[in-house]
Amino acid sequence: MRASGIPFILKKALISAAVALVLFSLMIGIRTEAGPTGQLIYWTRFGELFSLVAIVFGGSIVIELARQWLGPSGTRQLIPPSVQNGIARAGQFVAPALLIFALLVPVIFYNQRYILDLSILVLTYVMLGWGLNVVVGLAGLLDLGYVAFYAVGAYSYALLATSFGLSFWVCLPLAGLLASLWGVMLGFPVLRLRGDYLAIVTLAFGEIIRLVIINWQSLTGGPNGVSGIPRPTFFGIPLTPGDDGLAAKLGIAFSPTHRIVFLFYIILALALLTNWVTIRLRRLPIGRAWEALREDEVACRALGINTTTTKLTAFATGAMFGGFAGAFFATRQGFISPESFTFQESALVLAIVVLGGMGSQLGVALASIAMIGGFELFRGLEQYRMLVFGIAMVLLMIWRPRGLIGHRAPTVFLKRAQAISSDLVKEGHG
Amino acid sequence: MSEPILAVDHLIMRFGGIVAVNDLSFAAATKEITALIGPNGAGKTTVFNCITGFYRPTGGTLRLMRQGAAEIALERLNDFRISKQAKIARTFQNIRLFPGMTALENLMVAQHNTLMLASGFTFLGLIGAPVYRAAEKRAIDLSKFWLERIGLVDRADDAAGNLPYGDQRRLEIARAMCTEPALLCLDEPAAGLNARESASLSELLLSIRSEQGTSILLIEHDMSVVMEISDHVVVMDYGVKIAEGSPSEVRDDPKVIAAYLGADEEEAIAVMESGA
Repeated sequence: MRASGIPFILKKALISAAVALVLFSLMIGIRTEAGPTGQLIYWTRFGELFSLVAIVFGGSIVIELARQWLGPSGTRQLIPPSVQNGIARAGQFVAPALLIFALLVPVIFYNQRYILDLSILVLTYVMLGWGLNVVVGLAGLLDLGYVAFYAVGAYSYALLATSFGLSFWVCLPLAGLLASLWGVMLGFPVLRLRGDYLAIVTLAFGEIIRLVIINWQSLTGGPNGVSGIPRPTFFGIPLTPGDDGLAAKLGIAFSPTHRIVFLFYIILALALLTNWVTIRLRRLPIGRAWEALREDEVACRALGINTTTTKLTAFATGAMFGGFAGAFFATRQGFISPESFTFQESALVLAIVVLGGMGSQLGVALASIAMIGGFELFRGLEQYRMLVFGIAMVLLMIWRPRGLIGHRAPTVFLKRAQAISSDLVKEGHG
Repeated sequence: MSEPILAVDHLIMRFGGIVAVNDLSFAAATKEITALIGPNGAGKTTVFNCITGFYRPTGGTLRLMRQGAAEIALERLNDFRISKQAKIARTFQNIRLFPGMTALENLMVAQHNTLMLASGFTFLGLIGAPVYRAAEKRAIDLSKFWLERIGLVDRADDAAGNLPYGDQRRLEIARAMCTEPALLCLDEPAAGLNARESASLSELLLSIRSEQGTSILLIEHDMSVVMEISDHVVVMDYGVKIAEGSPSEVRDDPKVIAAYLGADEEEAIAVMESGA
């Protein structure tokens, strides 16, 4: 039971203020700088310090009052079930609306190169998120090294195209295939691992791939990367200003935007393919086995499900989509280097999956827009960008601890499909 | 006793220095209900885990003899193959459903191997081949059949984790039955059930035996269930078999009573005689 009343609120506010005082006394209260002759000079800023502590004190009282008015204990009550159901119902319209909007983006923003580039970036992350969602969201296997497959896909295309002159459309399936092969390679050693241990090994796998790329200079060019990666062609017709270019053949004036729009539709198609395959797979026995594996591995074994191959197919499927996205990344950039495939990318994609609501396709799409788009949106705030972004994420996790879309939709039903509350759905344990 | 479906011979299971099961031999007959009883810690669940491939026995043999199929040495199979190839299904002492999936989905997962084959290992299913769609429909029909049997057809689309405890127990049995097993192993199916639920469970198990012809091996503490439905009872204590026979034979066996009361055999006989 939660205590209430003025003494409780005051006590809580005092504790918060005391914590703030300790934290800020050095960070804000004392300012140090190197003086003109190099010596350390410092001065105190008690005014700022006390105003901050006062804000914390007052804010704590306001939050506590709001909490007591809105309902007994906390966060779950902030969004009543009726509103949550409403959100779920609205979700049915959000997805088609988003799709139509995505199809129209190049038309609406034809002259705004920045928005087109940003949309391509967002869609790349949507695709990566959907790919990782198979592994993390459906099969419940925490993969911190997803960027490795992105890198394998990118380098597969870059090297095949620059060494053998293969076209993007030939290399795309090859990149996916190679990435899924590496997915299986990663899968084998980690089959027995669970939870934290699995996360650490996948993290190491991601780093190993990156280090191999840096050090295998003769093949990958090391830190210099691979440049001059061919751009995709429209069924063999390049999008160049020359006479054999697509613009000339269609009899329209050449514009560099054509290529951007073309790239946009490629990544949109790839992302939708990922989505379609994932939705399909969920309703097939393999998809149900993935989710069952996330719920209870022991029960799966008792039902005659081969957990080894089930896990491996999850890794391979997720890796394949990562490989596709990597190949696209390489052709879009025209230049790749190991710097693009750091752990930060893995973390970002994982954050998108977790924020979106593990297992939810729409949630992942919304989270990519929020994460990548939001990050750009806060660009005007300059050095406060990370701070605001961090606060936004913390708030979101308080209000929706199971992600934007926390409900699980059943894959098969007799009478009526009803969303399953996230409280029941397990996150998986490795 | 009819043809045995399962023969356990000289089964030994050691964990380090602890001997959980020591030289246990018994047989479970085809189309009969065999109960494995004994005080807590007697090693019943260990025997189950050996039979269902969760443990590899230290010694002894476990043979499964299905009618019209080759004999299978269970101690050489492991893990999921026990269910897939030997057609042994099991439930767990602490219910292990998939709580975030609906009751129907739980039963569909149980038909994984059949559906996987029908979906051409996913590829035919991905393109929506009619072969797979027909197989999926059959799987839904089988699930529906079992949901009707356990009286949960109205809650088919509810999350399994939201069902009452007794329903979850029955759903777990239905899920095991959806794998179409030859031998159904139930680990304390009546645990936590009230008298009415226990009675309906007994009814369900008897109907599974008579209608599906499935042999049942169960561990149970609820003696009313054991005495009512078992054809044969095996009693274990400290990893060894102390008695075996029909329910009434076992009930009157002084060794069994001694094991349950934790008393000497002589004392037990004295108690029995004074009681009678």
